[in-house]
Amino acid sequence: MTLSPSVPSRQKPFILALIGLGLVLPFAVYPVFLMKGLCFGLFAAAFNLLLGYVGLLSFGHAMFFGWSAYLTAYAAKEWGLTPEIAILLGVALATVLGAVVGWLAIRRQGIYFAMITLALAQLGFFVAVQAPMTHGEDGIQGVPRGHLFGLFDLSDTMTMYYFVLAVFVASLLFLHRVVNSPFGQVLKAIRDNEPRAVSLGYEVGRYKLIAFVLSSAFAGLAGSLKSLVFQLASLADVSWHMSGEVVLMTLLGGVGTVLGPMVGAFLVVAIQDFFAGIGSWVIIIQGVIFVVCVLLFRSGMIGVLAPWLKRRGITG
Amino acid sequence: MVMKRLLLGAAALALSTGMAHAQYSDGKVKIGVLTDLSGTYSDLAGKGTIVAAQMAIDDFGGKLNGQTIELISADHQNKADIASGIARKWYDTEQVDVIAELVTTAAAIAVREVSKEKGKVDLVSGAASTPLTNDKCSATGFHWTYDTYAMAVGTGDAVVKSGGKTWFFLTADYAFGHNLQAQTERVVKANGGTVKGAVKHPFPNSDFSSFLLQAQASGAQIIGLANAGADTINAIKQAKEFGITQAGQSLAGLLVFITDVHSLGLENAQGMMLTTGFYWDMDDQTRAWSKRWSEKMGGGKMPSMVHAGTYSQVLHYLKSTAAAKTDEGIKVADEMRKLPIADFFAKNGKIRADGRMVHDMYLAQVKKPSESKGPWDYYKIVRTIPGDEAYQPLAESTCPLVKK
Repeated sequence: MTLSPSVPSRQKPFILALIGLGLVLPFAVYPVFLMKGLCFGLFAAAFNLLLGYVGLLSFGHAMFFGWSAYLTAYAAKEWGLTPEIAILLGVALATVLGAVVGWLAIRRQGIYFAMITLALAQLGFFVAVQAPMTHGEDGIQGVPRGHLFGLFDLSDTMTMYYFVLAVFVASLLFLHRVVNSPFGQVLKAIRDNEPRAVSLGYEVGRYKLIAFVLSSAFAGLAGSLKSLVFQLASLADVSWHMSGEVVLMTLLGGVGTVLGPMVGAFLVVAIQDFFAGIGSWVIIIQGVIFVVCVLLFRSGMIGVLAPWLKRRGITG
Repeated sequence: MVMKRLLLGAAALALSTGMAHAQYSDGKVKIGVLTDLSGTYSDLAGKGTIVAAQMAIDDFGGKLNGQTIELISADHQNKADIASGIARKWYDTEQVDVIAELVTTAAAIAVREVSKEKGKVDLVSGAASTPLTNDKCSATGFHWTYDTYAMAVGTGDAVVKSGGKTWFFLTADYAFGHNLQAQTERVVKANGGTVKGAVKHPFPNSDFSSFLLQAQASGAQIIGLANAGADTINAIKQAKEFGITQAGQSLAGLLVFITDVHSLGLENAQGMMLTTGFYWDMDDQTRAWSKRWSEKMGGGKMPSMVHAGTYSQVLHYLKSTAAAKTDEGIKVADEMRKLPIADFFAKNGKIRADGRMVHDMYLAQVKKPSESKGPWDYYKIVRTIPGDEAYQPLAESTCPLVKK
């Protein structure tokens, strides 16, 4: 485990190569598919901050993802706000929701923590079913992407793609910085042995709450971006399936790694995309893959590759 | 930054050259059928609509502009986000020119938004709600087979006139259910009936006991079922088990397909009034088409109005494309409005400015088991409702395309 707070120099070429790949990929692959992968990758990375580094399994992250999507969509469509303001509003909502849910949930651990987050997220779901602003089953549709800062026309798919990529890269670098900071070290200490962290004098509750709020804020950012990419915010975004899907993505990719959730998200999105023709059988295929993954490589794709990558000094 | 601009420029150039004035984009016509292949509506729509669309292509001759007409299909699982994602992918990467069928209002509206943005034609057959031809209307979007307004006019009117003056609604708690209830309430009140109350149930639902007890306690003569598919079937079966129908209250299924009657059985469904846009056993043409469809489906089934409507809309689209000599959405849509529709499904159909295909509807009553002469012999046609009476008057439409 490296204590270095910033990105180690050995990792830089690897990260730059990944960003370079992100820049040229839309010329080879359908950009909307890539954007979906990036949005879910960010969502999974936010979730991973909580599960991978604090050891808290939240079953309610769809609430932050979905409600941010709703607010961003509503702000862009009904109030005619520019995308950056709409996204900021969505993130602000997720932050506030995260503070409330986190404040309640961190009082318990393990299965109780998961159940509290699930219960509160279900509350959020039923509010979405009933509230007039969400349009129930229909969702908020035809959301205008608008002009970023009044300059860049996001209705152009490529412009939208580079905007999403920029937000994604910035967010991932930020999250990477957080987990490699002294703050991140305390989080890992809590994960590994909470009583010891308490005895060392850390206010564990406060650290957990900050991590929870950060995680929900980035989950909200992912939801806001997704609602602009697909120009749609719907009940699927707030349903418990979505909370489950992000767990699946994170575990498939490798929990507690920076790259893992991104890889897992792209894998799940690719499965959904590739098998779209066979409809709800996709869920069964996902289930089988999940079982195989848990049985054969419990630490996820990146978890298995990590020792190999580490020998080449490109993961921390 | 410079790099990005260069890339953007290259992309824009690639796009603009790709769209250079070919009359047929990529030289051929490709039809996408997007429907529910696995859920609640897979019986009344589903695989049968893909078969119907293929029949329309075959009957048209299978070729347009010297190229084979292609058909692809997918399952939207009744979800708006999945429908929107598939539609976008089809238009962007699969060169799909038109998307047909679209059961479930939420999915239909999702595809409508994408189609509008891309300037492509969408043909709705299975979805019911009237917003598709009101505030969600588009110049390239069409609503074909039926809608909640026509259902309410047909069934609501008939039931009130036959003495069912007091109503209680059992409503599926989503946009379609609310829409159907509101439309029916309007008709009931206009005919001098009263509404004693309503209860909303989750969608989909399997246990209707508490809702049916409320309906029973209301003392209304008629329990209006503002739901569809499996929900309607479950509600009717459970009402019988509870003795509600035997005790004198009647059920009015506000959206009942022949596939629902088949699942219920005549024993459970007999005497029920319903409105439909199509019945297989109307005349020689409908019987001939339905027989062909049934054979392609492996036998033992008869088409619902959604299946027949999908055939009609795809065939009309192909005829209009041939007449317009282009597959450019807006031009085909103009041609579709001009051409009259005359096939076994719609004998005198026409398309209005709001995208509504107006055709005659039928008020039917489900036969008693003793009256039925064979399998799928289920309906007595009580009345033909002229299209102009069945559908919302154009003057009332909130569609911005309607000139007032």
